[in-house]
Amino acid sequence: MAFSVNHPLLYLLTGLVVLFIILQSTYFLIKAIRRARELGMGAALIRKTVLSSALFSIAPAISILVGVITLSKFIGLPYPWLRLSVLGAVTYELPAATLAASAMNAPVTQTITHAPTFAAIAWVMALGILSGLVLVLLGLRKIQSGMVSLAGRDKRWGQILSDALFLGMISAFVGLLFSRVREGLPGFVPLVVALASALLMAVCGLLIRRFKWTWLEQYALPLSMLGAMALSLPIAALMAPGGV
Amino acid sequence: MSKREPVMNLSPYERAVHRAGRLWGSMALLLMLLVPLVISVYFNAWPPLGALLRALLGVLPLYWTVGIIEVFTFVPMLGTGGSYLGFVTGNLTNLKVPAALNAMQAAKVRAGSEEGDVISTIAIASSSIVTVIIIALGVLLLGFLRPVLESPRLAPAFDNILPALFGALGVVFISKNPKIAVAPLLFMVALFMLLPGLSGSVSVLVPVGALIAILVARVLYKRGHLDKQGPG
Repeated sequence: MAFSVNHPLLYLLTGLVVLFIILQSTYFLIKAIRRARELGMGAALIRKTVLSSALFSIAPAISILVGVITLSKFIGLPYPWLRLSVLGAVTYELPAATLAASAMNAPVTQTITHAPTFAAIAWVMALGILSGLVLVLLGLRKIQSGMVSLAGRDKRWGQILSDALFLGMISAFVGLLFSRVREGLPGFVPLVVALASALLMAVCGLLIRRFKWTWLEQYALPLSMLGAMALSLPIAALMAPGGV
Repeated sequence: MSKREPVMNLSPYERAVHRAGRLWGSMALLLMLLVPLVISVYFNAWPPLGALLRALLGVLPLYWTVGIIEVFTFVPMLGTGGSYLGFVTGNLTNLKVPAALNAMQAAKVRAGSEEGDVISTIAIASSSIVTVIIIALGVLLLGFLRPVLESPRLAPAFDNILPALFGALGVVFISKNPKIAVAPLLFMVALFMLLPGLSGSVSVLVPVGALIAILVARVLYKRGHLDKQGPG
């Protein structure tokens, strides 16, 4: 059978990788749940953590699916499906694939039909993202040991240090919301959507505290996120040029 | 809450997670490399080494650096099991790290404790399973879903997934630690307003924000401005 970006072999390889991810995740899930029970965590807390994480993942997973569709026009359906099921993200896979195609002098606007070009893309996408995994495999224990030494024996400082790390990440993404504000009103859409999401989260917090709706704690983030995504539709329409 | 001693005194659970993590991670690494190898062998498709190296030279310096930075930034948040799993299943900033942070926050456990490690692992494993299932279902039902997912009317929702995520997550963590948050926030807002082209390099800027936050936190802590704040 001649090469095609949607060749059955590529679907077979993707199926194997997806199966591997499910098996590994299930193994770690079972192991962590057993340990959680040993540590005295209740079944309700474990169930809520699973459900809330699952609910939270739906919207980003659909967005990843959109990324698979985008890449599929260029390198077929199975390979982006495989790549976006493992280490990586659309923001990495697309430039990596484009660079590999350019190096092979292939047009990046058409579906790849030349097998060596496709192989080059496959190698570059796989090799270009491995540093994190290799480092974790070689040195996670040492890195954690170093982090613990950094925090020292001062527990309060250790807590502040981990909070500061979270805030470092959050501040970078909050800053990103302002990257388009110089474009005028439509450039403010991400900021307004983030504010809507923050407001929904604050309302959830209020409901939890005021009415003791503790069940909402686990679901506040996915609900606020989905709510803000839904609100982004009228917000974007209102703030589009000539939209008001 | 069991806090690890500075000299890593690992519990039997943690030792087992390290063993299992290295085993599963090594298998994943092998699998990721086996895929392009099988493609090359099966289709007898061997790209010229020069072209391959040229492409890798364009990718490796940036993405290998980002990968290494991500390990140092995310490992303290994800814990042992979460790190071994997260660095195989990917989509860390937009999915796994927020899922872990949200789960630990809701369960009222801290990153760095064994309880935090366990909750983070449960969140990342659940998120990984749901994500691969949704992508698989999406691909299988693509004929029906493509018009909906590619509809221009729904495009703003997918374009604004990160603002929707970090707006909600931000309000929780910033309101808990406003004193630490101010400086990195102002820095990042000013940076992105002045240099909007940096929006593609947000992963590289995460550790910069973390460094500013840690420095500010250290100064505030040493001066006694953070002592009275609760651990939450």
